[in-house]
Amino acid sequence: MKLKKQDILLLAIFLVVAVLLGVGLLLTRSAGATVVVRTGGETVAEFPLDEDRSYTIEGIGGTNTLVIADGTARLEDATCPDQLCVHQGAIQYAGESIICLPNQVTVTIEGETEDTGVDVVAT
Amino acid sequence: MNKTKHLAFYGMLAALALVLSYIEAMVPAFFAVPGMKLGLTNLVVLVALYRMGAKQAMVINLVRIVVSSMLFGTVVSLWYSLAGGLLSGVVMIALKKTGKFQPLTVSIAGGVMHNVGQILVAMLMMQTSAVAWYLLVLWISGIAAGAAIGVLGSWMLSRLPETDHMR
Repeated sequence: MKLKKQDILLLAIFLVVAVLLGVGLLLTRSAGATVVVRTGGETVAEFPLDEDRSYTIEGIGGTNTLVIADGTARLEDATCPDQLCVHQGAIQYAGESIICLPNQVTVTIEGETEDTGVDVVAT
Repeated sequence: MNKTKHLAFYGMLAALALVLSYIEAMVPAFFAVPGMKLGLTNLVVLVALYRMGAKQAMVINLVRIVVSSMLFGTVVSLWYSLAGGLLSGVVMIALKKTGKFQPLTVSIAGGVMHNVGQILVAMLMMQTSAVAWYLLVLWISGIAAGAAIGVLGSWMLSRLPETDHMR
């Protein structure tokens, strides 16, 4: 197997997009202020990121336990079979999120300034 | 090739893809991000694409997705798999058709597009655009998975002579 010029060009484009995405995300990273919990797209709860607490999210297909501690948020427990959301660990920056696909739960960190209207487009 | 032989070939490759799906479903928590996986079944699709044809590869791809979602998945996972499988299938077929790309590149594009398709469904289903981090992680994992499958697939293709036997 020998890679041709076109192959290398296309692969380079894939890598450049990855780097651009990464740099873009790092540059726009800002401190989080609020933890927003959604199930099936509906906002069900909002908590300040600087207050420690534990909260049980009633998802579409099961429950997830949200823990906010030391300015980070994580899902400590979940009824979903794969437990991917639990393994994902803690998040703290604006725009970061934990998604539990089986329970249709998203936990998103939002920033100090009210959001840039990105979510308005999605609804 | 006659009709019966053809049918047997479809069945065999779809079964092979299913077994690979099953193997992959057995080690789910291995990767820490939803949607991140090796895509072993893409090996079958890749070989089918190069040795049987675009239509055949797509049929095997779709049969595998629907059946494996019924066996190991949920209704929700069916949509994710379909979006990923269709987008990656279409892109791989298109790239192969140009005749300018090696199977490795085709496989990498397929891996990336599979994950992009899933992210698009996630955006629609969850009504959120807060998936930018996932896009980055899954983009990179798609390249890695596509490369692994591409290397393996190229090796398989080099050993499977191009004949009319499989068409």
